[in-house]
Amino acid sequence: MTETIDQTTLWIVIIAMAVGSFALRFVFIGLVGNRPMPDWLLRHLRYTAVAILPALVTPLVIWPAATQGQPDTARMSAAAMTILIGLVTKNVIAAIFAGAATLYALLYLLG
Amino acid sequence: MASTTAKSFFWKGIRDSTPFVLVAGPFGLLFGVLAVEAGLNLLEIMTFSVTVFAGAAQFTALQLMQEQAPTVMVLISALAVNLRVAMYSASLTPYLGGATIWQRALAAYFTVDQSYALSIVQFETHRDMTISERMAYFLGSVGLIAPLWYSATLVGAVMGSQIPESWALDFALPIAFLAMIAPMLRTPAHLAAAVVAIIVAIVSAGFPYNLGLLCAGFAGMITGAQTELMLDRKRLNA
Repeated sequence: MTETIDQTTLWIVIIAMAVGSFALRFVFIGLVGNRPMPDWLLRHLRYTAVAILPALVTPLVIWPAATQGQPDTARMSAAAMTILIGLVTKNVIAAIFAGAATLYALLYLLG
Repeated sequence: MASTTAKSFFWKGIRDSTPFVLVAGPFGLLFGVLAVEAGLNLLEIMTFSVTVFAGAAQFTALQLMQEQAPTVMVLISALAVNLRVAMYSASLTPYLGGATIWQRALAAYFTVDQSYALSIVQFETHRDMTISERMAYFLGSVGLIAPLWYSATLVGAVMGSQIPESWALDFALPIAFLAMIAPMLRTPAHLAAAVVAIIVAIVSAGFPYNLGLLCAGFAGMITGAQTELMLDRKRLNA
């Protein structure tokens, strides 16, 4: 692997990330609490999940780290199959199994 | 919290979260394996996973530390990856904001992709739930997943690099999230938000510190909100 990680750096990162991650999560639910939020903000918040999660996943599907960032037929097909089955069946488990089956089948056939 | 309905909502949260066993398990395992390979010891790995409790941010930090990136950059990047939990926190506030401060602090710690995705669907479709029922459901949604994440990290750290690459654990996360998103695309506004987010994510993939993720997220949210307004206006005029 690459060079070893400095111990002091590591602990600084762990502690700062623990504090920072909690602060990010606490900021609204803890500090805003029961105070009403404006309509325009709520209207945007309704789309948080369907915007952020696909944005998070897209680069992982197109440029997977496991293939050193090279687009990979098996992974892209598995992603497409997961979305398709998810849209058609509205069933999370069915979509996961369809995606996983596609991935393993193609990795086996193409590998 | 102790009422029977709250209890049954806790168990519903647990039941609804079972598909994510397939995510949290491999994901935790993978973090343990990669952290061992990066030279972290058991105490460091477990402290990392338990206190930070944010998979994607942990992977980012680990990767950048191995590349010997400056500590400030490691932190900015990792927290930028995790900025989405601030949005989850905001999105859950209308539903959980009425709970006691300790319950909200607990909920804050447990705000992750899985608990958010499950809870927001449950809260949006069951408007008549009480605060304590919502809190019970939320805690149920991590009641199985959180312990699994900790123990999978531990197993990964102990097993180290004995897990073969052919298991393709790297792809557990994309599959799980896509499976979660697809059924949520139930209105044109939701669909537009997702499509725009994906396009912007592709275009902005080269941005430093994972800022592309935030750009894409904001673009998607604005698109969703605007589409909703437009459709409402059309309905009024019709």
